[in-house]
Amino acid sequence: MAHPSSYEPTTGFEKWLDARLPVVRVMSDQFITFPTPRNLNYWWTFGGILVFMLISQIATGIVLAMHYIPAADRAFDSVEHIMRDVNWGWLLRYTHAVGASMFFLAAYIHTFRGLYYGSYKAPREILWILGVLILLLMIATAFMGYSLVWGQMSFWAVTVITNLFSSLDLVIPGLGTQLVQWIWGGFSVGGPTLTRLYSLHYLFPFIIAGVVVLHIWALHIPGNNNPTGIDVKSARETLPFHPYYTMKDGFALVLFAILFALFVFYAPNMLGHPDNYIPANPLQTPQHIVPEWYFLPFYAILRAIPNKLFGVAGLIGAIVVLFFVPWLDTSRVRSTRYRPIYKWFFWAFV
Amino acid sequence: MAEDVTPAQFPIPQDEDDHSRRDVIMIAAGGFAAVGFGLGLWPLLDQMNPDQSALSFATTEVDLSHLEVGQAITVMWRGKPIFIRHRTEKEIEEGKAVPLDDLIDPIARNANLPEGAPATDANRAGKDREAWLVMIGICTHLGCIPKGQSPGDYKGNYGGWFCPCHGSQYDTAGRVRHGPAPQNMYIPPYAFLSDTKVKIG
Repeated sequence: MAHPSSYEPTTGFEKWLDARLPVVRVMSDQFITFPTPRNLNYWWTFGGILVFMLISQIATGIVLAMHYIPAADRAFDSVEHIMRDVNWGWLLRYTHAVGASMFFLAAYIHTFRGLYYGSYKAPREILWILGVLILLLMIATAFMGYSLVWGQMSFWAVTVITNLFSSLDLVIPGLGTQLVQWIWGGFSVGGPTLTRLYSLHYLFPFIIAGVVVLHIWALHIPGNNNPTGIDVKSARETLPFHPYYTMKDGFALVLFAILFALFVFYAPNMLGHPDNYIPANPLQTPQHIVPEWYFLPFYAILRAIPNKLFGVAGLIGAIVVLFFVPWLDTSRVRSTRYRPIYKWFFWAFV
Repeated sequence: MAEDVTPAQFPIPQDEDDHSRRDVIMIAAGGFAAVGFGLGLWPLLDQMNPDQSALSFATTEVDLSHLEVGQAITVMWRGKPIFIRHRTEKEIEEGKAVPLDDLIDPIARNANLPEGAPATDANRAGKDREAWLVMIGICTHLGCIPKGQSPGDYKGNYGGWFCPCHGSQYDTAGRVRHGPAPQNMYIPPYAFLSDTKVKIG
Protein backbone atom coordinates (compact mmCIF):
# COMPACT_ATOMS: atom_id res chain seq x y z
CA MET A 1 0.00 0.00 0.00
CA ALA A 2 2.01 2.94 1.23
CA HIS A 3 5.47 1.54 0.65
CA PRO A 4 6.92 -0.40 -2.28
CA SER A 5 6.48 -4.14 -1.97
CA SER A 6 9.64 -6.02 -1.18
CA TYR A 7 8.14 -9.49 -1.17
CA GLU A 8 9.88 -11.94 -3.52
CA PRO A 9 8.05 -15.25 -3.94
CA THR A 10 10.63 -18.02 -3.90
CA THR A 11 8.92 -21.37 -4.30
CA GLY A 12 6.84 -22.32 -7.34
CA PHE A 13 3.68 -22.48 -5.24
CA GLU A 14 4.24 -18.98 -3.81
CA LYS A 15 4.67 -17.58 -7.33
CA TRP A 16 1.54 -19.39 -8.50
CA LEU A 17 -0.45 -18.09 -5.51
CA ASP A 18 1.01 -14.57 -5.73
CA ALA A 19 -0.25 -14.19 -9.30
CA ARG A 20 -3.77 -15.16 -8.23
CA LEU A 21 -4.31 -14.03 -4.63
CA PRO A 22 -1.34 -12.09 -3.25
CA VAL A 23 -2.29 -12.72 0.37
CA VAL A 24 1.25 -13.69 1.37
CA ARG A 25 2.56 -10.51 -0.24
CA VAL A 26 0.06 -8.37 1.69
CA MET A 27 0.93 -10.06 4.99
CA SER A 28 4.64 -9.73 4.30
CA ASP A 29 4.42 -6.07 3.31
CA GLN A 30 2.05 -5.05 6.10
CA PHE A 31 3.22 -7.09 9.05
CA ILE A 32 6.85 -8.08 8.40
CA THR A 33 8.67 -5.43 6.38
CA PHE A 34 6.28 -2.58 7.18
CA PRO A 35 8.42 0.53 7.87
CA THR A 36 7.73 1.62 11.44
CA PRO A 37 9.23 4.66 13.18
CA ARG A 38 12.19 3.60 15.34
CA ASN A 39 11.20 5.79 18.28
CA LEU A 40 7.79 4.31 19.23
CA ASN A 41 7.44 3.94 23.00
CA TYR A 42 5.43 1.38 24.98
CA TRP A 43 2.22 3.39 24.65
CA TRP A 44 2.25 2.19 21.05
CA THR A 45 1.98 -1.49 22.03
CA PHE A 46 -1.68 -1.30 22.97
CA GLY A 47 -2.88 -1.75 19.38
CA GLY A 48 -1.49 -5.27 19.36
CA ILE A 49 -2.84 -5.89 22.87
CA LEU A 50 -6.30 -4.81 21.70
CA VAL A 51 -6.18 -7.28 18.80
CA PHE A 52 -5.34 -9.99 21.31
CA MET A 53 -8.24 -8.92 23.56
CA LEU A 54 -10.71 -8.97 20.67
CA ILE A 55 -9.63 -12.49 19.71
CA SER A 56 -9.80 -13.60 23.36
CA GLN A 57 -13.30 -12.16 23.79
CA ILE A 58 -14.59 -13.74 20.58
CA ALA A 59 -13.05 -17.15 21.41
CA THR A 60 -14.40 -17.29 24.98
CA GLY A 61 -17.70 -15.76 23.84
CA ILE A 62 -18.37 -18.36 21.15
CA VAL A 63 -17.68 -21.07 23.70
CA LEU A 64 -19.92 -19.51 26.36
CA ALA A 65 -22.72 -19.23 23.80
CA MET A 66 -22.65 -23.02 23.56
CA HIS A 67 -23.88 -23.23 27.16
CA TYR A 68 -25.85 -20.03 27.67
CA ILE A 69 -29.66 -19.99 27.32
CA PRO A 70 -31.13 -16.60 26.33
CA ALA A 71 -34.51 -16.99 28.00
CA ALA A 72 -35.74 -14.66 30.75
CA ASP A 73 -36.51 -17.49 33.17
CA ARG A 74 -33.39 -19.57 32.44
CA ALA A 75 -30.59 -17.13 31.56
CA PHE A 76 -29.41 -16.57 35.14
CA ASP A 77 -29.51 -20.30 35.92
CA SER A 78 -27.61 -21.15 32.75
CA VAL A 79 -24.86 -18.72 33.81
CA GLU A 80 -24.65 -20.48 37.17
CA HIS A 81 -24.62 -23.79 35.29
CA ILE A 82 -21.60 -22.52 33.36
CA MET A 83 -19.92 -21.58 36.64
CA ARG A 84 -20.58 -24.88 38.40
CA ASP A 85 -21.08 -27.70 35.90
CA VAL A 86 -19.42 -26.91 32.59
CA ASN A 87 -15.80 -28.04 32.32
CA TRP A 88 -13.62 -24.94 32.83
CA GLY A 89 -16.83 -22.86 32.71
CA TRP A 90 -15.69 -20.68 35.63
CA LEU A 91 -12.44 -19.89 33.82
CA LEU A 92 -14.14 -19.15 30.51
CA ARG A 93 -16.73 -16.86 32.07
CA TYR A 94 -14.27 -14.99 34.29
CA THR A 95 -11.92 -14.58 31.34
CA HIS A 96 -14.78 -13.14 29.29
CA ALA A 97 -16.07 -10.85 32.06
CA VAL A 98 -12.68 -9.61 33.25
CA GLY A 99 -11.66 -9.53 29.59
CA ALA A 100 -14.28 -6.84 28.94
CA SER A 101 -12.67 -4.66 31.63
CA MET A 102 -9.17 -5.29 30.33
CA PHE A 103 -10.37 -4.57 26.77
CA PHE A 104 -11.65 -1.17 27.90
CA LEU A 105 -8.52 -0.46 29.93
CA ALA A 106 -6.38 -1.06 26.84
CA ALA A 107 -8.80 0.85 24.58
CA TYR A 108 -8.82 3.89 26.85
CA ILE A 109 -5.02 3.91 27.05
CA HIS A 110 -4.87 3.53 23.25
CA THR A 111 -7.32 6.44 22.83
CA PHE A 112 -5.50 8.73 25.23
CA ARG A 113 -2.22 7.83 23.50
CA GLY A 114 -3.80 9.09 20.29
CA LEU A 115 -4.99 12.26 22.03
CA TYR A 116 -1.63 12.92 23.70
CA TYR A 117 0.56 12.48 20.65
CA GLY A 118 -1.88 14.08 18.21
CA SER A 119 -2.42 10.90 16.23
CA TYR A 120 -5.87 12.18 15.21
CA LYS A 121 -4.44 15.07 13.16
CA ALA A 122 -4.06 15.11 9.39
CA PRO A 123 -3.42 12.85 7.60
CA ARG A 124 -4.89 10.38 10.14
CA GLU A 125 -8.46 11.72 10.60
CA ILE A 126 -10.14 8.66 9.06
CA LEU A 127 -7.98 6.39 11.19
CA TRP A 128 -9.11 8.29 14.27
CA ILE A 129 -12.79 8.30 13.29
CA LEU A 130 -12.71 4.54 12.71
CA GLY A 131 -11.16 4.20 16.15
CA VAL A 132 -13.96 6.20 17.79
CA LEU A 133 -16.44 4.04 15.88
CA ILE A 134 -14.80 0.93 17.32
CA LEU A 135 -15.03 2.45 20.81
CA LEU A 136 -18.72 3.14 20.26
CA LEU A 137 -19.32 -0.43 19.07
CA MET A 138 -17.37 -1.74 22.07
CA ILE A 139 -19.56 0.26 24.45
CA ALA A 140 -22.69 -1.16 22.84
CA THR A 141 -21.31 -4.71 22.86
CA ALA A 142 -20.16 -4.55 26.47
CA PHE A 143 -23.50 -3.20 27.61
CA MET A 144 -25.41 -5.96 25.78
CA GLY A 145 -23.08 -8.65 27.09
CA TYR A 146 -23.49 -7.41 30.65
CA SER A 147 -27.26 -7.62 30.29
CA LEU A 148 -27.16 -11.32 29.32
CA VAL A 149 -26.30 -12.44 32.87
CA TRP A 150 -29.85 -11.33 33.75
CA GLY A 151 -28.97 -10.54 37.33
CA GLN A 152 -30.27 -7.49 39.17
CA MET A 153 -27.56 -5.18 37.79
CA SER A 154 -28.05 -6.52 34.27
CA PHE A 155 -31.78 -6.06 34.32
CA TRP A 156 -31.71 -2.54 35.69
CA ALA A 157 -28.86 -1.52 33.42
CA VAL A 158 -31.02 -2.56 30.46
CA THR A 159 -33.96 -0.66 31.92
CA VAL A 160 -31.97 2.53 32.48
CA ILE A 161 -30.03 2.48 29.20
CA THR A 162 -33.07 1.72 27.04
CA ASN A 163 -34.98 4.45 28.85
CA LEU A 164 -32.37 6.93 27.64
CA PHE A 165 -34.32 6.87 24.40
CA SER A 166 -37.51 7.86 26.22
CA SER A 167 -35.98 11.31 26.66
CA LEU A 168 -37.00 11.89 23.04
CA ASP A 169 -40.52 12.31 24.45
CA LEU A 170 -39.33 15.74 25.52
CA VAL A 171 -38.64 16.58 21.86
CA ILE A 172 -41.63 14.97 20.18
CA PRO A 173 -44.23 13.68 22.68
CA GLY A 174 -44.79 9.93 22.21
CA LEU A 175 -41.74 9.32 20.02
CA GLY A 176 -39.51 8.16 22.87
CA THR A 177 -42.13 5.85 24.35
CA GLN A 178 -42.80 4.32 20.94
CA LEU A 179 -39.10 3.79 20.34
CA VAL A 180 -38.49 2.23 23.75
CA GLN A 181 -41.38 -0.20 23.30
CA TRP A 182 -39.89 -1.15 19.93
CA ILE A 183 -36.54 -1.86 21.59
CA TRP A 184 -38.16 -3.83 24.42
CA GLY A 185 -40.59 -5.80 22.27
CA GLY A 186 -43.13 -5.22 25.04
CA PHE A 187 -44.20 -2.77 27.70
CA SER A 188 -41.23 -3.52 29.94
CA VAL A 189 -37.82 -5.17 29.76
CA GLY A 190 -38.46 -8.89 29.34
CA GLY A 191 -37.82 -12.07 27.39
CA PRO A 192 -38.03 -10.53 23.90
CA THR A 193 -35.53 -7.85 24.98
CA LEU A 194 -33.09 -10.49 26.18
CA THR A 195 -33.11 -12.55 22.98
CA ARG A 196 -32.48 -9.51 20.76
CA LEU A 197 -29.68 -8.32 23.03
CA TYR A 198 -28.16 -11.80 22.77
CA SER A 199 -28.39 -11.87 18.99
CA LEU A 200 -26.75 -8.46 18.63
CA HIS A 201 -24.12 -9.20 21.27
CA TYR A 202 -23.02 -12.10 19.09
CA LEU A 203 -23.05 -9.99 15.92
CA PHE A 204 -21.27 -6.82 17.04
CA PRO A 205 -17.81 -8.27 17.75
CA PHE A 206 -17.59 -9.37 14.14
CA ILE A 207 -18.52 -5.86 12.99
CA ILE A 208 -15.78 -4.58 15.33
CA ALA A 209 -13.33 -7.03 13.73
CA GLY A 210 -14.30 -5.67 10.31
CA VAL A 211 -13.80 -2.04 11.38
CA VAL A 212 -10.47 -3.05 12.95
CA VAL A 213 -9.31 -4.22 9.51
CA LEU A 214 -10.26 -0.81 8.09
CA HIS A 215 -8.56 0.89 11.08
CA ILE A 216 -5.29 -0.97 10.34
CA TRP A 217 -5.64 -0.25 6.64
CA ALA A 218 -6.09 3.45 7.39
CA LEU A 219 -3.04 3.28 9.67
CA HIS A 220 -0.83 1.69 7.04
CA ILE A 221 -1.47 4.37 4.42
CA PRO A 222 0.21 7.30 6.26
CA GLY A 223 2.12 4.93 8.57
CA ASN A 224 2.52 5.29 12.33
CA ASN A 225 2.69 8.61 14.09
CA ASN A 226 5.48 8.71 16.69
CA PRO A 227 6.14 10.36 20.08
CA THR A 228 7.67 13.48 18.50
CA GLY A 229 4.71 13.96 16.19
CA ILE A 230 7.16 14.80 13.40
CA ASP A 231 6.83 12.84 10.18
CA VAL A 232 9.40 10.19 9.40
CA LYS A 233 11.80 11.78 6.89
CA SER A 234 13.62 8.79 5.45
CA ALA A 235 13.81 5.04 5.63
CA ARG A 236 16.71 5.39 8.08
CA GLU A 237 14.26 6.56 10.70
CA THR A 238 12.23 3.38 10.41
CA LEU A 239 12.60 -0.29 11.28
CA PRO A 240 10.86 -3.29 9.74
CA PHE A 241 7.83 -4.26 11.83
CA HIS A 242 9.22 -7.75 12.28
CA PRO A 243 11.21 -8.59 14.35
CA TYR A 244 11.52 -5.22 16.09
CA TYR A 245 7.90 -4.40 16.87
CA THR A 246 6.55 -7.93 16.94
CA MET A 247 9.01 -8.49 19.81
CA LYS A 248 8.22 -5.22 21.58
CA ASP A 249 4.46 -5.75 21.20
CA GLY A 250 4.88 -9.37 22.25
CA PHE A 251 6.73 -8.38 25.42
CA ALA A 252 4.10 -5.78 26.30
CA LEU A 253 1.40 -8.36 25.63
CA VAL A 254 3.01 -10.77 28.09
CA LEU A 255 3.05 -8.09 30.81
CA PHE A 256 -0.57 -7.20 30.04
CA ALA A 257 -1.55 -10.87 30.09
CA ILE A 258 0.01 -11.22 33.55
CA LEU A 259 -2.16 -8.36 34.84
CA PHE A 260 -5.17 -9.95 33.12
CA ALA A 261 -4.42 -13.34 34.71
CA LEU A 262 -4.00 -11.79 38.17
CA PHE A 263 -7.54 -10.47 37.95
CA VAL A 264 -9.00 -13.67 36.46
CA PHE A 265 -7.43 -15.98 39.02
CA TYR A 266 -7.20 -13.85 42.16
CA ALA A 267 -9.90 -11.17 41.94
CA PRO A 268 -12.38 -12.18 39.24
CA ASN A 269 -15.27 -10.31 40.87
CA MET A 270 -13.36 -7.22 41.96
CA LEU A 271 -14.32 -5.26 38.84
CA GLY A 272 -17.94 -6.42 38.93
CA HIS A 273 -20.83 -5.68 41.25
CA PRO A 274 -22.00 -8.37 43.74
CA ASP A 275 -25.66 -7.51 43.15
CA ASN A 276 -25.45 -9.12 39.75
CA TYR A 277 -25.39 -12.48 41.55
CA ILE A 278 -29.01 -11.81 42.51
CA PRO A 279 -31.45 -12.96 39.80
CA ALA A 280 -33.27 -10.17 37.97
CA ASN A 281 -36.31 -8.87 39.82
CA PRO A 282 -38.52 -6.51 37.78
CA LEU A 283 -40.20 -5.26 40.98
CA GLN A 284 -37.15 -3.96 42.82
CA THR A 285 -34.27 -1.73 41.77
CA PRO A 286 -30.98 -2.39 43.60
CA GLN A 287 -30.14 0.21 46.22
CA HIS A 288 -26.63 1.03 44.96
CA ILE A 289 -26.95 0.89 41.23
CA VAL A 290 -23.84 1.85 39.30
CA PRO A 291 -22.45 0.68 35.95
CA GLU A 292 -19.17 -1.17 35.47
CA TRP A 293 -16.11 1.03 36.06
CA TYR A 294 -15.51 1.64 32.37
CA PHE A 295 -18.87 3.41 32.04
CA LEU A 296 -18.60 5.50 35.21
CA PRO A 297 -17.62 8.74 33.38
CA PHE A 298 -20.78 8.54 31.29
CA TYR A 299 -22.84 7.70 34.37
CA ALA A 300 -21.37 10.75 36.09
CA ILE A 301 -22.58 12.95 33.23
CA LEU A 302 -26.14 11.66 33.69
CA ARG A 303 -26.02 12.37 37.42
CA ALA A 304 -24.39 15.77 37.03
CA ILE A 305 -26.93 17.27 34.63
CA PRO A 306 -30.26 17.83 36.41
CA ASN A 307 -32.35 17.61 33.25
CA LYS A 308 -33.38 14.38 31.52
CA LEU A 309 -32.98 15.50 27.91
CA PHE A 310 -29.77 17.47 28.40
CA GLY A 311 -28.29 14.71 30.53
CA VAL A 312 -28.79 12.21 27.73
CA ALA A 313 -27.53 14.75 25.19
CA GLY A 314 -24.41 15.29 27.31
CA LEU A 315 -23.82 11.55 27.54
CA ILE A 316 -24.05 11.07 23.79
CA GLY A 317 -22.15 14.29 23.11
CA ALA A 318 -19.23 13.10 25.24
CA ILE A 319 -18.59 10.35 22.73
CA VAL A 320 -19.68 12.12 19.56
CA VAL A 321 -17.33 15.03 20.25
CA LEU A 322 -14.43 12.63 19.74
CA PHE A 323 -15.41 12.27 16.08
CA PHE A 324 -14.74 15.99 15.58
CA VAL A 325 -11.51 16.28 17.53
CA PRO A 326 -9.34 16.38 14.37
CA TRP A 327 -11.03 19.64 13.38
CA LEU A 328 -11.58 21.09 16.84
CA ASP A 329 -7.86 21.08 17.49
CA THR A 330 -6.36 23.69 15.18
CA SER A 331 -2.81 23.54 16.52
CA ARG A 332 -0.26 22.61 13.90
CA VAL A 333 1.93 20.89 16.47
CA ARG A 334 1.08 17.21 16.79
CA SER A 335 2.77 15.90 19.88
CA THR A 336 1.86 17.15 23.32
CA ARG A 337 5.56 16.95 24.13
CA TYR A 338 5.86 20.35 22.47
CA ARG A 339 2.58 21.84 23.71
CA PRO A 340 3.16 22.64 27.41
CA ILE A 341 -0.22 24.29 28.05
CA TYR A 342 -2.15 21.53 26.34
CA LYS A 343 -0.14 19.10 28.45
CA TRP A 344 -1.58 20.58 31.67
CA PHE A 345 -5.10 20.42 30.32
CA PHE A 346 -4.58 16.88 29.10
CA TRP A 347 -3.54 15.52 32.48
CA ALA A 348 -6.20 17.55 34.26
CA PHE A 349 -8.73 15.97 31.89
CA VAL A 350 -7.45 12.45 32.54
CA MET B 1 24.52 4.02 4.77
CA ALA B 2 22.74 5.10 1.61
CA GLU B 3 19.72 7.34 2.02
CA ASP B 4 17.53 5.17 -0.22
CA VAL B 5 17.66 1.90 1.72
CA THR B 6 14.23 0.35 2.11
CA PRO B 7 13.38 -0.85 5.59
CA ALA B 8 13.38 -4.47 4.50
CA GLN B 9 17.07 -4.13 3.74
CA PHE B 10 17.81 -2.51 7.04
CA PRO B 11 20.52 -4.68 8.52
CA ILE B 12 19.31 -7.18 11.05
CA PRO B 13 22.08 -7.68 13.62
CA GLN B 14 24.29 -10.47 12.38
CA ASP B 15 27.03 -10.96 14.95
CA GLU B 16 28.14 -14.39 13.88
CA ASP B 17 29.39 -15.47 17.29
CA ASP B 18 26.11 -14.44 18.92
CA HIS B 19 23.92 -16.82 16.95
CA SER B 20 23.72 -19.73 19.33
CA ARG B 21 22.73 -17.48 22.22
CA ARG B 22 20.10 -15.83 20.06
CA ASP B 23 18.77 -19.27 19.06
CA VAL B 24 18.43 -20.33 22.69
CA ILE B 25 16.36 -17.25 23.45
CA MET B 26 14.22 -17.69 20.33
CA ILE B 27 13.57 -21.37 20.98
CA ALA B 28 12.83 -20.78 24.67
CA ALA B 29 10.43 -17.93 23.90
CA GLY B 30 8.77 -19.87 21.08
CA GLY B 31 8.48 -22.93 23.29
CA PHE B 32 6.86 -20.98 26.10
CA ALA B 33 4.48 -19.36 23.64
CA ALA B 34 3.52 -22.76 22.20
CA VAL B 35 2.91 -24.24 25.66
CA GLY B 36 0.88 -21.18 26.65
CA PHE B 37 -1.17 -21.41 23.48
CA GLY B 38 -1.87 -25.08 24.17
CA LEU B 39 -2.88 -24.38 27.78
CA GLY B 40 -5.17 -21.60 26.59
CA LEU B 41 -6.71 -23.80 23.93
CA TRP B 42 -7.42 -26.74 26.25
CA PRO B 43 -10.34 -25.19 28.22
CA LEU B 44 -11.85 -23.95 24.96
CA LEU B 45 -12.01 -27.54 23.70
CA ASP B 46 -12.61 -29.46 26.93
CA GLN B 47 -15.72 -27.39 27.67
CA MET B 48 -17.52 -29.41 24.99
CA ASN B 49 -17.09 -32.68 26.93
CA PRO B 50 -20.06 -33.88 29.04
CA ASP B 51 -20.34 -31.53 32.00
CA GLN B 52 -20.94 -32.35 35.65
CA SER B 53 -24.71 -32.18 35.32
CA ALA B 54 -24.63 -34.67 32.42
CA LEU B 55 -22.43 -37.08 34.38
CA SER B 56 -24.86 -36.99 37.29
CA PHE B 57 -27.53 -38.73 35.15
CA ALA B 58 -25.39 -41.87 35.22
CA THR B 59 -27.85 -44.41 36.67
CA THR B 60 -31.51 -45.24 36.14
CA GLU B 61 -33.69 -47.64 38.15
CA VAL B 62 -36.57 -49.42 36.38
CA ASP B 63 -39.56 -51.22 37.89
CA LEU B 64 -40.34 -54.38 35.86
CA SER B 65 -43.29 -55.72 37.88
CA HIS B 66 -45.88 -54.84 35.21
CA LEU B 67 -43.94 -56.36 32.31
CA GLU B 68 -45.63 -59.64 31.18
CA VAL B 69 -43.90 -62.36 29.19
CA GLY B 70 -43.62 -61.29 25.56
CA GLN B 71 -43.77 -57.57 26.35
CA ALA B 72 -41.02 -55.02 25.98
CA ILE B 73 -40.42 -51.49 27.25
CA THR B 74 -37.99 -48.75 26.34
CA VAL B 75 -36.48 -46.59 29.07
CA MET B 76 -33.99 -43.77 28.91
CA TRP B 77 -30.46 -43.93 30.33
CA ARG B 78 -27.93 -41.17 29.62
CA GLY B 79 -30.23 -39.97 26.88
CA LYS B 80 -30.14 -43.34 25.16
CA PRO B 81 -33.05 -45.79 24.70
CA ILE B 82 -32.67 -49.00 26.71
CA PHE B 83 -34.66 -51.96 25.38
CA ILE B 84 -35.91 -54.31 28.09
CA ARG B 85 -37.68 -57.42 26.70
CA HIS B 86 -39.33 -60.12 28.78
CA ARG B 87 -38.70 -62.94 26.30
CA THR B 88 -41.01 -65.87 25.64
CA GLU B 89 -39.85 -69.50 25.85
CA LYS B 90 -39.90 -69.62 22.06
CA GLU B 91 -37.68 -66.56 21.72
CA ILE B 92 -35.19 -67.95 24.24
CA GLU B 93 -35.05 -71.30 22.42
CA GLU B 94 -34.49 -69.52 19.09
CA GLY B 95 -31.69 -67.52 20.63
CA LYS B 96 -30.02 -70.61 22.06
CA ALA B 97 -30.36 -72.61 18.83
CA VAL B 98 -28.12 -70.30 16.78
CA PRO B 99 -24.58 -71.65 16.27
CA LEU B 100 -21.89 -69.03 16.97
CA ASP B 101 -20.46 -69.56 13.50
CA ASP B 102 -23.64 -68.14 11.97
CA LEU B 103 -23.19 -64.80 13.72
CA ILE B 104 -21.80 -61.70 12.03
CA ASP B 105 -20.36 -60.60 15.37
CA PRO B 106 -19.39 -63.52 17.66
CA ILE B 107 -18.67 -61.28 20.69
CA ALA B 108 -21.25 -60.74 23.44
CA ARG B 109 -20.71 -56.92 23.72
CA ASN B 110 -21.89 -57.24 27.30
CA ALA B 111 -20.46 -54.62 29.67
CA ASN B 112 -21.12 -56.98 32.61
CA LEU B 113 -18.88 -59.74 31.22
CA PRO B 114 -15.17 -59.84 30.43
CA GLU B 115 -14.30 -58.28 27.10
CA GLY B 116 -14.42 -60.75 24.22
CA ALA B 117 -16.91 -63.18 25.84
CA PRO B 118 -18.68 -65.22 23.11
CA ALA B 119 -22.12 -64.08 21.99
CA THR B 120 -24.08 -67.05 23.33
CA ASP B 121 -27.67 -66.46 24.31
CA ALA B 122 -26.73 -66.89 27.98
CA ASN B 123 -24.05 -64.22 27.67
CA ARG B 124 -26.55 -61.81 26.16
CA ALA B 125 -29.44 -62.36 28.56
CA GLY B 126 -29.61 -61.40 32.22
CA LYS B 127 -27.40 -63.35 34.60
CA ASP B 128 -29.49 -66.30 35.90
CA ARG B 129 -32.49 -64.52 34.41
CA GLU B 130 -32.51 -65.74 30.83
CA ALA B 131 -35.99 -64.39 30.15
CA TRP B 132 -34.70 -60.82 30.44
CA LEU B 133 -32.81 -59.04 27.74
CA VAL B 134 -31.55 -55.53 28.62
CA MET B 135 -29.63 -53.70 25.92
CA ILE B 136 -28.93 -50.29 24.43
CA GLY B 137 -31.50 -49.99 21.65
CA ILE B 138 -29.22 -48.33 19.15
CA CYS B 139 -28.32 -49.92 15.84
CA THR B 140 -24.54 -50.36 15.66
CA HIS B 141 -24.54 -49.17 12.07
CA LEU B 142 -25.23 -45.44 12.32
CA GLY B 143 -27.23 -44.96 15.49
CA CYS B 144 -30.92 -45.31 14.59
CA ILE B 145 -33.38 -47.01 16.94
CA PRO B 146 -34.51 -50.38 15.49
CA LYS B 147 -38.19 -51.38 15.29
CA GLY B 148 -39.44 -54.38 17.27
CA GLN B 149 -40.45 -53.05 20.69
CA SER B 150 -44.18 -52.63 19.94
CA PRO B 151 -46.38 -55.67 19.20
CA GLY B 152 -47.22 -54.44 15.70
CA ASP B 153 -43.65 -53.69 14.65
CA TYR B 154 -41.93 -55.60 11.87
CA LYS B 155 -39.21 -57.57 13.65
CA GLY B 156 -37.22 -58.80 10.63
CA ASN B 157 -36.54 -62.38 9.58
CA TYR B 158 -34.99 -63.34 12.92
CA GLY B 159 -37.83 -62.28 15.21
CA GLY B 160 -35.84 -59.63 17.07
CA TRP B 161 -35.44 -56.11 15.75
CA PHE B 162 -35.31 -54.44 12.37
CA CYS B 163 -33.62 -51.12 11.74
CA PRO B 164 -35.67 -48.93 9.39
CA CYS B 165 -32.74 -46.75 8.34
CA HIS B 166 -30.58 -49.20 6.40
CA GLY B 167 -32.20 -52.60 6.94
CA SER B 168 -30.05 -54.25 9.61
CA GLN B 169 -31.75 -57.19 11.33
CA TYR B 170 -31.25 -58.50 14.87
CA ASP B 171 -32.34 -61.80 16.45
CA THR B 172 -34.15 -62.44 19.74
CA ALA B 173 -30.89 -61.93 21.66
CA GLY B 174 -30.20 -58.59 19.98
CA ARG B 175 -27.40 -60.04 17.84
CA VAL B 176 -26.95 -58.68 14.34
CA ARG B 177 -27.84 -61.29 11.72
CA HIS B 178 -28.06 -59.20 8.59
CA GLY B 179 -25.89 -56.15 7.74
CA PRO B 180 -24.87 -53.44 7.29
CA ALA B 181 -24.55 -53.19 11.10
CA PRO B 182 -21.16 -54.59 12.16
CA GLN B 183 -21.82 -55.47 15.81
CA ASN B 184 -24.44 -56.84 18.17
CA MET B 185 -26.42 -54.23 20.07
CA TYR B 186 -24.54 -53.31 23.23
CA ILE B 187 -25.53 -54.48 26.71
CA PRO B 188 -25.15 -51.66 29.27
CA PRO B 189 -23.80 -52.26 32.78
CA TYR B 190 -26.82 -53.22 34.91
CA ALA B 191 -27.85 -55.33 37.89
CA PHE B 192 -31.11 -56.75 39.19
CA LEU B 193 -31.77 -55.25 42.61
CA SER B 194 -34.75 -57.64 43.09
CA ASP B 195 -36.97 -59.79 40.89
CA THR B 196 -38.83 -56.75 39.65
CA LYS B 197 -36.26 -53.98 39.82
CA VAL B 198 -33.21 -53.36 37.65
CA LYS B 199 -30.59 -50.64 38.00
CA ILE B 200 -28.93 -49.52 34.77
CA GLY B 201 -25.53 -47.84 34.88
